[in-house]
Amino acid sequence: MSRIDRRFATLKGTGRTGLIPFVTAGDPSPAHMVALMHALVDAGADLIELGVPFSEPMADGPVIQHASERAIAKGVGLNEVLGWVAAFRRRDADTPIVLMGYLNPVEIHGYARFADEAVMAGVDGVLLVDCPLEESAVLQPLRDAGLQQILLAAPTTAPVRMAQLCESAAGFLYYVSFAGITGAAQLSTSDIATRVAAVRARANAPVAVGFGIRDAASAVAIGGFADAVVIGSALVERLSGATDEAEIAGRARDFLRPIRVALDAH
Amino acid sequence: MSLPPLRTIDFHAWPDAHGRFGEYGGSYVAETLMAPLAELRDAYESLSADPGFLAELDRDLKHYVGRPSPIYHAERLSRHIGGARILLKREDLNHTGAHKINNTIGQALVARHMGKRRVIAETGAGQHGVATATVAARFGMRCVVYMGAVDIERQKINVYRMKLLGAEVVPVTSGSKTLKDALNEAMRDWVTHVADTFYIIGTVAGPHPYPKMVRDFNAIVGREARGQMLEQYGRLPDALTACVGGGSNAIGLFYAFLNDADVRIVGAEAAGEGIATGHHAASLAAGRPGVLHGNRTYVLCDDNGQITETHSVSAGLDYPGVGPEHAFLKDAGRAEYVGITDDEALEAFHLLARTEGILAALESSHAVAQAMKLARELPKDGLVLCNLSGRGDKDVHTIAAREGVVV
Repeated sequence: MSRIDRRFATLKGTGRTGLIPFVTAGDPSPAHMVALMHALVDAGADLIELGVPFSEPMADGPVIQHASERAIAKGVGLNEVLGWVAAFRRRDADTPIVLMGYLNPVEIHGYARFADEAVMAGVDGVLLVDCPLEESAVLQPLRDAGLQQILLAAPTTAPVRMAQLCESAAGFLYYVSFAGITGAAQLSTSDIATRVAAVRARANAPVAVGFGIRDAASAVAIGGFADAVVIGSALVERLSGATDEAEIAGRARDFLRPIRVALDAH
Repeated sequence: MSLPPLRTIDFHAWPDAHGRFGEYGGSYVAETLMAPLAELRDAYESLSADPGFLAELDRDLKHYVGRPSPIYHAERLSRHIGGARILLKREDLNHTGAHKINNTIGQALVARHMGKRRVIAETGAGQHGVATATVAARFGMRCVVYMGAVDIERQKINVYRMKLLGAEVVPVTSGSKTLKDALNEAMRDWVTHVADTFYIIGTVAGPHPYPKMVRDFNAIVGREARGQMLEQYGRLPDALTACVGGGSNAIGLFYAFLNDADVRIVGAEAAGEGIATGHHAASLAAGRPGVLHGNRTYVLCDDNGQITETHSVSAGLDYPGVGPEHAFLKDAGRAEYVGITDDEALEAFHLLARTEGILAALESSHAVAQAMKLARELPKDGLVLCNLSGRGDKDVHTIAAREGVVV
């Protein structure tokens, strides 16, 4: 059983909703990245999504794009990201890590080499936004090495494809709560609830819902019918501009803790 | 991947059902785009086999765009070079002054048949934006054009032209503020407004079915040219050349000739200040296979996979990727891709202006420069067919500024 599977089994056993923060690797500070990851876990993260910066983040909104640009300007690439995961693992053997990003950095790194290095570092899964199921043959070396490919599903996903995605889901299925980019605001909760319930009934893995969740209230609204909620842009925005370790860790904890508390109270 | 000998490949059999040209192409997009792309693919497949749609397209190409465009023998230029005859396929004479309208008129018709009332586009030099704004006005559609802030500065006239045509031009200030950033932004708009919006992509890149659809609409250039060559010269040309940024005018000319194995095909990429300087946009000549903007193709990126900033004097060639079919043709050995520097393109621009009275677009001037090189290599009775993809009126300020002239 993978680290991701174990984590979701534990959540289910204790009746809790998973909390998955997303941060862009290297932002706001490459030097304090590992400390930030530990702070997220301290504040109640069940799994961490680590964004691998890419220069053309087509599915992301301005907040995450700017975070990527800042990280790239500081020289952050896959080597640095894998190094931070390995350093994080020295103190935390249980919290699953999913690398989220785009295909080109992995393609250029080399699929087989990436698979080996990622497993060695302690990465558990990858979510490559621009690699849909249809193009996933190239990721076979990653799956062979034991990395779980996290798939996305959306409200626009056609029924036949949804069945395929539910069938192929591993780790968890990431349900994009509306047809937009990260960090946008609109969200019709009851509509999402119906759709997510249908997906959860069929998927071979737990369902995490993301895109548009900004605070405790929206997290609780979604958390009522999802196995986990993902919070990205709002957190990245909160961290942006922090410089020293105490400030970064403090902002992460102050942002995430109320959400954890609210999720656990419902 | 090892490929079979050239003459045994049917180059008209690509892409396959998944939009792949060999190992290139495909649909590398976020889940939210899979459904709209499938809707577009289905609509395009049925329309492209519909005689009524094709007749409608032909009518507009003839009466609105002004097709067919002539093939002109540039005699004085050829004599000046002293080699083979240089023939120009005059896409600069189309309505709006470039080949781009062949594609936008086609996509706007597809949009209309799909019931979409709003069209969006990205643009680099502004030519595709103007061509999109034009057809949006022609069909009474709302039009939003995304353009990098740097390009807006470089192409003020085209920006104003789009506004005159009723389009909204949105400056993009992220990244390098050029074409690739405008493309990201347009893709985001599409994801967010997919129900009523049609994304008119301006080149043979992007996810399937765009590389195929844009090629099909531009292939009129080569189809016409092949017929005109046989009719006027009794034979096919010895060599073809066209400039390659994303590669739509080039594939438009090349496609009809791909199975004519004796016709040499050369794409001219922007070598900028020289490929060795790193300041260029020659994805095929100097890049490597990667994944960008929805397809696998040759890209310019660093060892971290980050797309690198490109340079060319011509905004329309300033793009770090290239259409996947060109990547396929390169690997198959069917076409060669070479770099033309800013200086070579400008020299060709001036020479064509003075010997033939034609102001070529800076993009097309790269093709003219390459045609001059090919003409020098071939005997006097040889024929080099060059795609003069656009006119240069939009570039006179850029050229004046570069040469220190106050207009």
